[in-house]
Amino acid sequence: MTKNKAKTSNSLYRLWMILPGWSRSIINNKKALAGILILAFFFIVALLAPWLSPTAPQRMLGRPHDPPSEKYVLGTTRQGQDVSAQMVYGAGGSLRVGFLTGTIVIVIAIAVGITAGYVGGVTDEVLSLISNIFLTVGGLPLIIVVAALIEKPGPDTIILVLSITSWAWGARVLRSQTLSLRNSEFVEAARVSGEPLWRIIAVEILPNMTSLVASVWIGAVLYAILAQAALEFIGLGDPNSVTWGTILYWAQNNQALLTGAWWTFIPPGVAISAVGLSLTLINYGIDEITNPRLATHVAAPVKRARFWERFLGLRMGSSGAEIISS
Amino acid sequence: MTTAVGKRAARKPDDDPGMLTKLLDGVYAIFKSRFLRRRFVFYLVAAFAAVTLNFIIPRLMPGDPVQLLFARFQGKLDPRAFEAIKEQFGFVQGPLFEQYLLYLRSIVTLDFGPSIMGFPVPVAQVIGSSLRWTLILAGISSVMSFLIGALLGVLAAWRRGGRIDTILLPIASVFGAFPYFFIALIAVYVLGFQLDVFPTSHAYNTAIRQDWASTEFLWSVVYHMILPLFTIVVTATGGWMLGMRNNMIGVLSQDYIVMAEAKGLSDRRIMLLYAARNAILPSLTAFGMSFGFVIAGLLLTEIVFSYPGMGYTFLLAVNARDYPVMQGIYLMITVTVLVANFIADMSYVLLDPRAR
Repeated sequence: MTKNKAKTSNSLYRLWMILPGWSRSIINNKKALAGILILAFFFIVALLAPWLSPTAPQRMLGRPHDPPSEKYVLGTTRQGQDVSAQMVYGAGGSLRVGFLTGTIVIVIAIAVGITAGYVGGVTDEVLSLISNIFLTVGGLPLIIVVAALIEKPGPDTIILVLSITSWAWGARVLRSQTLSLRNSEFVEAARVSGEPLWRIIAVEILPNMTSLVASVWIGAVLYAILAQAALEFIGLGDPNSVTWGTILYWAQNNQALLTGAWWTFIPPGVAISAVGLSLTLINYGIDEITNPRLATHVAAPVKRARFWERFLGLRMGSSGAEIISS
Repeated sequence: MTTAVGKRAARKPDDDPGMLTKLLDGVYAIFKSRFLRRRFVFYLVAAFAAVTLNFIIPRLMPGDPVQLLFARFQGKLDPRAFEAIKEQFGFVQGPLFEQYLLYLRSIVTLDFGPSIMGFPVPVAQVIGSSLRWTLILAGISSVMSFLIGALLGVLAAWRRGGRIDTILLPIASVFGAFPYFFIALIAVYVLGFQLDVFPTSHAYNTAIRQDWASTEFLWSVVYHMILPLFTIVVTATGGWMLGMRNNMIGVLSQDYIVMAEAKGLSDRRIMLLYAARNAILPSLTAFGMSFGFVIAGLLLTEIVFSYPGMGYTFLLAVNARDYPVMQGIYLMITVTVLVANFIADMSYVLLDPRAR
């Protein structure tokens, strides 16, 4: 890096350095960046649905099962509704359920997992037992039974049911991490100096497992999106709401496979898969950033840092090593 | 020193424990294991929790479940069936505790009462025929994806940056993020309906007699199983592969691996008997614990393939709002998951002497 070049893009460099370290590492990770871009696309579609959509999602305006054409980009359903309009409106439904559920799940998982891991003893035994029970008896089968009893649960009910049943995996993961942090020297020091329990947990332990919390959160979001789609697909959602899951349900219900109306089930499936892919990519990115030993190419982050260096004319310490370690 | 080594070498043919002895040692270890005894208490508590949840959930729902049920089936349901179902669920006059005892008695005697959709065929019979197919499919698919995933994960970690690590692993992981039922839909649509190379429903050719001794029947069973099996293995392998790879990378930096290399042991021996044997332990625990997820995926796959297992029966029961069958299936799935956990825990004890 020549001195002149660094000078000309000094302001850009400052802007870059304002970003917190973790966000710089994420942008520098190819997988995480790809995941964030895909996810951002769907969020934008969901937010701008009323402006992007050519028509109201439930309006019956075309012939039944019209294949994709200029008029209907993704064809029409058996009821003559525009599939592209349904897809655009469906994005919001799926993302909302996914992210709200994921957030509730991570709060429960943190509370249960860290308490069990830090307090230990009988509390740990009881909380671990409850988590393991939820893991073995509380999966999709239980959700199906509950959803069938509720009778056509709307998105909010689905959020509630999924949150109550799917926190256990996260709690388990966070508990084992807490166990290994509990005996570290800095926690020991905090305990000896008489810090209260909540402070040790919130200030000493939690910040040291941010990446794990993030990846559990993303995993919970992914699980919720897939579970919601599955519930709606088998007809346990509200069939009148517009989500990707209900589009699939109607496609299956209207024998789309038999009649070859692929445009009614491929788009929602691809959309759900793409969101799943983006979340997985972000999770792998976080994994690689926090645990560089796992990266497939150890040299890759360094190379990428050099690329940004050249691209933005940035000066990032010696070949970006500081970014990788942050 | 030399004599000791010489003695050992000389006596090896007699001293080397045979396969059978090793196996018996393993069985003995399982019975003696304190770890397993603790786990057994957990299985009992979990089973009890499932049974109790089954009792509580209908009572937590808004409104009177019996009246709801009655309103829904008014005119359609035989009054005798209605009475039988009420009794089965313990919805009788009396305190909650008595209802619970009555319910427990019917569960213990495996008497789930009559089904609604096929009245008066008992629930046990409706589930019984489908249980077999789910068990076959779940057993083969979960073991297959676990073994393939674990092996590929070991190889990926062993040859870091090789083709398995850089090409196969990302592809397999991406498939893991896709919904099971969408992959199944695509498979049915392309290979079943469009190309017509695989059947799109049933577990065997219904035109031939169901005879487990005949080759023709067995072949049709295998033929019908290929697509569902393929769907599950494709989506489930990636997770095991990534987990195993990451465990392996951790293990490979341990001192005993360096020690084994210094001793001049063969690569394959180090990879499989030193590294993989230790790296697989966390995966084994996860295998048992995540079996519920496998079953969940299986249910959806069965629905798409119209495969007559518990998932498909579950869907039929959901559509008919047949609560007795639904709850029976829920309990059977829980038992299956617990049995899978037990098997995983037994393997753990066999592989890890510290758990004995």
